[in-house]
Amino acid sequence: MKYIDEFRDGDLARGLAATIAREVDPARRYRLMEFCGGHTHAISRYGLNDLLPAAIELIHGPGCPVCVLPIGRIDSAIELANRPGLILCSYGDTLRVPASGRLSLIKARAQGADVRMVYSCAEALTIAQQEPEREVVFFAIGFETTTPPTAVVIKQAAALGLKNFSVFSNHVLTPAAMAHIMESAASVSLDGFIGPAHVSTIIGSRPYEAFAERYRRPVVIAGFEPLDVMQSILLLVRQINRGQARVENEFTRAVTPDGNVKAQACVDEVFELRDRFAWRGLGEVAHSALAIRDAYAAYDAERRFDIPMRVVADARACECGAILRGEKHPAQCKAFGTGCTPEHPIGACMVSSEGACAAHYTYGRFRQPAAAPATESKS
Amino acid sequence: MSRREFTQAIDFRHGRVDMTHGGGGRAMAHLIEALFVKHFDNALLREQNDGAAFALPPGTGRMVMATDSHVVSPLFFPGGDIGCLSVHGTVNDVAMAGGQPLYLAAAFIIEEGFPLADLERIVVSMARAAREAGVPIVTGDTKVVEQGKGDGVFITTTGIGVAAPGIELSGDRARPGDAILLSGSLGDHGVAIMSARENLALDSDLVSDTAALHRLTAAMLECAPGLRCLRDPTRGGLASVLNEFADQSECGMHLREEAIPVKPQVAAACEILGLDPLYVANEGKLVAICPPEDAERLLACMRAHPQGRDAAIIGEVTADPNHFVQMSTRFGGVRMVDWLTGEQLPRIC
Amino acid sequence: MCLAIPARVTALCGDNQARIELGGVQKEVSIALLDQVAVGDYVIVHVGFAIGKLDEAEALRTLALINEMGAPDTAMDLSA
Ligand code: SF4
Repeated sequence: MKYIDEFRDGDLARGLAATIAREVDPARRYRLMEFCGGHTHAISRYGLNDLLPAAIELIHGPGCPVCVLPIGRIDSAIELANRPGLILCSYGDTLRVPASGRLSLIKARAQGADVRMVYSCAEALTIAQQEPEREVVFFAIGFETTTPPTAVVIKQAAALGLKNFSVFSNHVLTPAAMAHIMESAASVSLDGFIGPAHVSTIIGSRPYEAFAERYRRPVVIAGFEPLDVMQSILLLVRQINRGQARVENEFTRAVTPDGNVKAQACVDEVFELRDRFAWRGLGEVAHSALAIRDAYAAYDAERRFDIPMRVVADARACECGAILRGEKHPAQCKAFGTGCTPEHPIGACMVSSEGACAAHYTYGRFRQPAAAPATESKS
Repeated sequence: MSRREFTQAIDFRHGRVDMTHGGGGRAMAHLIEALFVKHFDNALLREQNDGAAFALPPGTGRMVMATDSHVVSPLFFPGGDIGCLSVHGTVNDVAMAGGQPLYLAAAFIIEEGFPLADLERIVVSMARAAREAGVPIVTGDTKVVEQGKGDGVFITTTGIGVAAPGIELSGDRARPGDAILLSGSLGDHGVAIMSARENLALDSDLVSDTAALHRLTAAMLECAPGLRCLRDPTRGGLASVLNEFADQSECGMHLREEAIPVKPQVAAACEILGLDPLYVANEGKLVAICPPEDAERLLACMRAHPQGRDAAIIGEVTADPNHFVQMSTRFGGVRMVDWLTGEQLPRIC
Repeated sequence: MCLAIPARVTALCGDNQARIELGGVQKEVSIALLDQVAVGDYVIVHVGFAIGKLDEAEALRTLALINEMGAPDTAMDLSA
């Protein structure tokens, strides 16, 4: 598979690992946050920790749209799905996310709600066309990457004059969340960020510049293949060693400074910024999410069905907030692996396989976090 | 066999199953004779009793019995359909217990309104699969449920077989140092099924691997009587079988990713859908665990068999109080291969 | 987050749709978010939409750089 296999080459990885091991200052630690779940996934799935020197600590950020989906929004989605005659469409990822009262969309479906899993938001539109007498709501989640397709579909629905289709928007924004983490974690020493891959394909590398400057932290935008992650770690190590805080782009094969301008314009036409939005695990984050503009109000499920913005507190035992800010390791949560498992997640980080706790549980719990986290790589 | 008078032939081209086909009366008898008996034809079935009575072959060690219900959507998929799947599934369950299957029983739950043409296609496919496997379907049952209370057709098959004396296969017999073998590429069935679902609309030349494995297991047991565990990685895939073995045998497993065969189309579909081939279903593959000294011989034996041509030694059993299944990745790291959480759903993030 | 894969465009189907191919698997996706897609282009596909194009020259450059940075004797970086 072109553009995939080349970036999974183990020999090249060992070369990079040796260089990283050579260049790190063994006297210090490099605490790097990968914002995106996609990077978390690559790190866990390929076992990258084994290739990195102990001085490098990777912290999993909140970049998984499923994990950060607040409970109140899923409660609302379930309520929608329970309306007689309504079809709720959503991506497979959201179906198991725990809501209040031990419910989830998949359980709601078992109780009779018409919840349909779609691979693309375009399918939801097709369903609306096929079943004109029924209300069809698309439960939209995702970061900047996933928003443009939703925007396209809303515009198509408007062009078709569909009367039975609407979107429950939960699209959220990456730079706002990155800034929030730095603001709320002033005491925490994050040394650098591995920046989003496909989000940046859409928004470009420029939006991170203000962030890097303001918080004086280097950001390296990296692709989701394991070699991309390794290389970006090396680039971060070099910047940190030199005391730099620049935005670098490792993923130049897909990311330009300006991003996908057409997609941005499309999003801009359909969506507007919300003043605030509650993220599971992080709490309220200013200007971090998108709502549907007045011009497309007819396609906004929130208005059509009068969905209130309800805030449901995260579970008390859950340490997700501290984990997402890099203050704690999943294994330090008392519930980890006992009360909270991928089958019965308590907190956001355990929900999707890309959440910090789920990734550690599913891929990494054979490593004892109490001991040195990674083996010394050979050089 | 008494001759009933069936005045009108069943319209297998345009007709549909209705409630009378399950009602126990003449319509049902007609359907059984014109469809099931005709295609499954064998001496025991021709007797048309409610059950089949037969003698055991001489030298039988132990009996093996297995049952499996088949629900699959879509009913017809590249490389097979629910009919042949329901034969292979149960033949394989008997085979994985070390048995050579002798006979099958088949029970149908059919939804009212189901096209008779589709039913015939399924029955013909079952009959062919049974014939090829050499395992006749000797008794059966048919029920019809009202429209909306079934999903086309569900088929439960039960198999009975015999295991030679001395054969002892069980998931709790793996020992540290044992070799783990896989009979061929992973995920063909699951990906073929998923591609056939209209909303995913993936096109490829991939077909389901659905196949009967009892001849392969017979050859393996002859070549390596010390074989410890056999299981077919159906739902939940390879990962689930190995975690079951690890738990039952109270040991760990260590796999080498590069040794695990996966077809390029399966790898690609998994990339697209966000799935992991280790968790995708198979219907014509098996996992075997044997003592290390038997591994190479067993591998050669498997590779000589059409159902095991791509067999590989994919790892070994380890001593591990946590019963973890781990894997050295192609990339040079190590990760866990955990139990499947929930079901495998296509994901976007 | 954001499962997206690079795939080759094999045919344009009109109505902002195109067929893409990856490892022997074909699928139809929307190209409404891109300007000027041609057969043979590699695009990044996410939830059934092509969201960006891949730049071959940049991909090769990145690989060359990875090669170079991982080579044993290129520790010209003395800042550590
Ligand atoms: S283990 Fe569960 S409860 Fe604990 S921090 Fe992680 S998600 Fe929250």
